[in-house]
Amino acid sequence: MTVTPEALSLDKPRSPRRPAARRSNFELYSWVFMRISGLLLVVLVLGHLFIMNILDGGVHRINFAFVAGRWSSPFWQTWDLLMLWLAQLHGGNGLRVIIDDYARRDSTRFWLKMLLYVAMAVILVLGTLVIFTFDPDIPAS
Amino acid sequence: MSTTASTAAEAGASDRTGASRRSGTFYRGDPGMWSWVMHRITGVLTFFFLFVHVLDTALVRVSPNAYDEVIETYKSPVVNLLEVGLVGAVLYHALNGIRVILVDFWSKGAKYQRPMLWAIIGVWVVVMIPGTYFMLERTVSELFGGGH
Ligand code: HEM
Ligand code: HEM
Repeated sequence: MTVTPEALSLDKPRSPRRPAARRSNFELYSWVFMRISGLLLVVLVLGHLFIMNILDGGVHRINFAFVAGRWSSPFWQTWDLLMLWLAQLHGGNGLRVIIDDYARRDSTRFWLKMLLYVAMAVILVLGTLVIFTFDPDIPAS
Repeated sequence: MSTTASTAAEAGASDRTGASRRSGTFYRGDPGMWSWVMHRITGVLTFFFLFVHVLDTALVRVSPNAYDEVIETYKSPVVNLLEVGLVGAVLYHALNGIRVILVDFWSKGAKYQRPMLWAIIGVWVVVMIPGTYFMLERTVSELFGGGH
């Protein structure tokens, strides 16, 4: 098919209307982060699911004493803390992109993102506090 | 930009002249698109689950009884079945995520994206069959076999 020069009207590199150079590499970093966090989450989340649902008795053996036993070890505390932050930031960043894709009005987009960021902050703070302040001797009820 | 539009016009023309829609120009309706749709759905689902999951785990700071009560619901037959669904969703997202990463970084990734899709579906089935068995074994035997 014949392509006329007009059909390929790319701006000349130094044309004056060219938009200002990007000032932020945020989207690049977020792309890289999705991939690195994804690889770490393979081990953390699939390991967690295997331990919780398959290993000796699976979900039926979970109770307060079980959690107390696990969180007496810095290894599992670190595991859960890393998993919390990586999954929350990875999933939250994914949702941010999805909001950009589907929200049509700027105000809808703005409020959905505010809702997302507040939810992420609440979960990150609460989850982190729970791991660090866990008390195995808390009264039974 | 106009370059994209002209590519689309060319693709449209070749489609009308009878070239196969499977020839790689069209993404819509391709297995590659469905793998992406599923990736998106499973990611969102996991995110929402995590929200509830951190709230229920936080009950360990309220009292052992409060936590044990909410964990009891995880052991009921219906929720147990939902857990199989969650595990299936997370497993698909993880496997497809690895596939996406390979397409991006492995020099032959783009060439093998289709066979890699069949491969992860195969791995998913092979893991989910024993996985489902072990996750539901006790619930099923309590429901139908009188339990032990
Ligand atoms: C049905 C499946 C699941 C069960 C039965 C389960 C069970 C548990 C249990 C018992 C804990 C308490 C801490 C511990 O013992 O290590 C916990 C914590 C945690 N789980 Fe899961 N989990 C499941 C799925 C998931 C998934 C899919 C994710 C990630 C997306 C996840 C992320 C976390 C995180 C981040 C914590 C730490 C919470 C905190 O900081 O307070 N879990 N889970
Ligand atoms: C288990 C290991 C995981 C791997 C290997 C993984 C991998 C990925 C990758 C590579 C992407 C980017 C896709 C793209 O740019 O096209 C992505 C997107 C996403 N992930 Fe994950 N992920 C994992 C776990 C999780 C978890 C635990 C959550 C939820 C808390 C999650 C939620 C999402 C969401 C919402 C998106 C955005 C989807 C989209 O834009 O279509 N992922 N994941």
